[in-house]
Amino acid sequence: MQITIKSARLLDGQVVDLVLENGVISNIGSDLKFGKIVDVGSNLLIPGLVDLHTHLREPGREDSETVATGSMAAAKGGYTAISAMANTSPVADTAGVVEQVYRLGQEAGFCDVFPIGAVTQGLNGKNLAELGAMANSSAKVRIFSDDGKCVSDALLMRRALEYVKTFNGIIAQHAQEPSLTVGSQMNEGIVSSKLGLTGWPAVAEEAIIARDILLAEHVGSRLHICHLTTAGGVELVRFAKSRGINVTAEVTPHHLLLTDESVANYDPIFKVNPPLRTKSDVAALRAGLADGTIDIVGTDHAPHPLEDKDCEWQSAAFGMVGLETALSVVAKSMIDTKLFGWKELVDRMSIAPARIAGYTNHGQEIKVGAVANLAIIDTDATWKVERHRLSSKSKNTPFENIELPSKVVHTFFNGRHILDGSEILNGAGN
Amino acid sequence: MKKHLLSIDDLNAQEVIEILDTAFQLANISDGATKKLPTLRGRTVVNLFFEDSTRTRISFESAAKRLSADVINFNAKGSSVSKGESLKDTAQTLQAMGADAVVIRHNASGAAQRLADSGWISASVINAGDGTHEHPTQALLDAYTIREKFPEFKSDFSGLHVAIVGDILHSRVARSNVLLLTKLGAKVTLVSPPTLMPVGISAWPVEISYDLDEVIGAVDVLMVLRLQSERMAASYFPTEREYSRGYGLDKLRLDSLKKSAIVMHPGPMIRGLEISAESADSHRSVVLNQVANGVLVRMAVLYQLLGGAALGGTSAQIDKSGDSREVSA
Repeated sequence: MQITIKSARLLDGQVVDLVLENGVISNIGSDLKFGKIVDVGSNLLIPGLVDLHTHLREPGREDSETVATGSMAAAKGGYTAISAMANTSPVADTAGVVEQVYRLGQEAGFCDVFPIGAVTQGLNGKNLAELGAMANSSAKVRIFSDDGKCVSDALLMRRALEYVKTFNGIIAQHAQEPSLTVGSQMNEGIVSSKLGLTGWPAVAEEAIIARDILLAEHVGSRLHICHLTTAGGVELVRFAKSRGINVTAEVTPHHLLLTDESVANYDPIFKVNPPLRTKSDVAALRAGLADGTIDIVGTDHAPHPLEDKDCEWQSAAFGMVGLETALSVVAKSMIDTKLFGWKELVDRMSIAPARIAGYTNHGQEIKVGAVANLAIIDTDATWKVERHRLSSKSKNTPFENIELPSKVVHTFFNGRHILDGSEILNGAGN
Repeated sequence: MKKHLLSIDDLNAQEVIEILDTAFQLANISDGATKKLPTLRGRTVVNLFFEDSTRTRISFESAAKRLSADVINFNAKGSSVSKGESLKDTAQTLQAMGADAVVIRHNASGAAQRLADSGWISASVINAGDGTHEHPTQALLDAYTIREKFPEFKSDFSGLHVAIVGDILHSRVARSNVLLLTKLGAKVTLVSPPTLMPVGISAWPVEISYDLDEVIGAVDVLMVLRLQSERMAASYFPTEREYSRGYGLDKLRLDSLKKSAIVMHPGPMIRGLEISAESADSHRSVVLNQVANGVLVRMAVLYQLLGGAALGGTSAQIDKSGDSREVSA
């Protein structure tokens, strides 16, 4: 089947038509008309977004999200590839589970779903999971993470970093020194002192980042820091990069926009781990993303059912959904503030994550022969986030009723038209 | 007054004074022949206690009863809550039973505010202590007690120096008192080992000290906080004895207080740890006044939240004859 995307604006301002055929871009030019015509009215064409940090909850918590609903939400957010975190139930710590998640993603067919494997068995932080078996499975896992928990044991972290060198793997660390964050509820600082909520100090993140940077240097391995939140963390990563250490870092959209002031009314919709930090942390994260110290944006999309948020703060679950708002929140934080432009946004949200993870069909240059994983953005649009319109099974967005700039209006995955306006077309069957 | 009392921050200085004045008027009335006022007849006050606190519960209960309200005590321990029922369901159940006010004590900071803001129930919410956040009626009763002992401070506490000593980090009493006392103009000094002060304390409108002996001679009020046993195991300080030596109110320190100074404690006291028996029983100790005043202040809060308007200048305006709903009109 052929699709012609009419009047797509490229990053350099050129407006072109593209023909998608057999999953790839078969022609780029003007006045092209083959097969189904999708006129995008000079909206911006970018490579499909790539997320390296997605919680899809399946298997185990299908009440909050499934691979299918999560990948539908991803398509709505402009993503053509997402990476399913390992903290499911059972944990994705064997070839069997990662293959199951991979297969569910293929069956849903809205985007690529690449499983992330657990570093330790059952996320126990003590014994390495069968990293090799997951790497050699049909899911071809390359990223390993105990996300949700920190690999806090220094020796185990060292071994994991060393071991994945066999297959050019990468350890994605959730940097949180557990002994410094017992019972923690929010960023430790002025706001927590007033609210009487147990603090999650910045140093608990920074201490692990510092240690892991040095470990990565020592063993010559690849380290990825998940969801950086502190100004100190940004400084450490900057230092590591200046020393040539092979470290990459990620920031979430919500940490680029929200601060711990949001916690003031104890609404658990703002409860997330790592927690929302201060204004000066947000400024440092934005600066770090702008200058490339932070390589990528990862959503940390974390669906939770209503009952886990409709309660008192302390009992509530940590996490926010983010796939459907990520691009707009980054546009608001970074483009509206003139910290960077669309070219950099595309790098941080598509090209760089695809490169880090080795997703060779994603985040590629838009040219004839490239796999047609694409998104179209209306950069002039503004829209209001409405919980009930989310495709994600869970509705725990902190951006309810917030007006955001730029809207994803189409996604194409492997040459198939997945998102049309706000409507999801059929996935695999399309 | 507002619909809820969740934090001292909900009140401005004038509203604080109105509550204290109302409590004073209520004291005059209930000291006389009428111990019980009909003001809240037909109203239902629920004491929703998720933490054991016999004192606070009894105080609220007797305050509500002296205003002729019906009182339901709901102790969450051993109830459906311990079987996994949520705060929301519990609160809605009590609302369905006709609660006009919910007095909530909960181990989670912010629980009272959640109850008030979430739309789960429409009743007035009174915070009777939420985690390590606030305990506003305690601060009000402490201010009332201070006024009683220092009649020269009426509505302006400028010139009064209060030291609060103990576990500031985990103390809801300290947080509410800092807000209230500084609102009225008092100088507040917080005293504890650095481990028991919150990291963000630099933003509080207080002075801090790690040395009780340096502070004690200068204060008019020494408020001693209870040291909870669970702090022992968590290395906030080396040993109980070392804490007691550094921050306990023993005889020697009691004698170094100004002649006019008073000693307060929110109770329950651990004698021999944060306060010695001599200090607790000395003439400077106003602990029992605090307890008595607690009932009055809670009556005033219930009256203002459920009865509507403030009492105004004279006790004659308290309607002794009938339904409080008419008073509020």
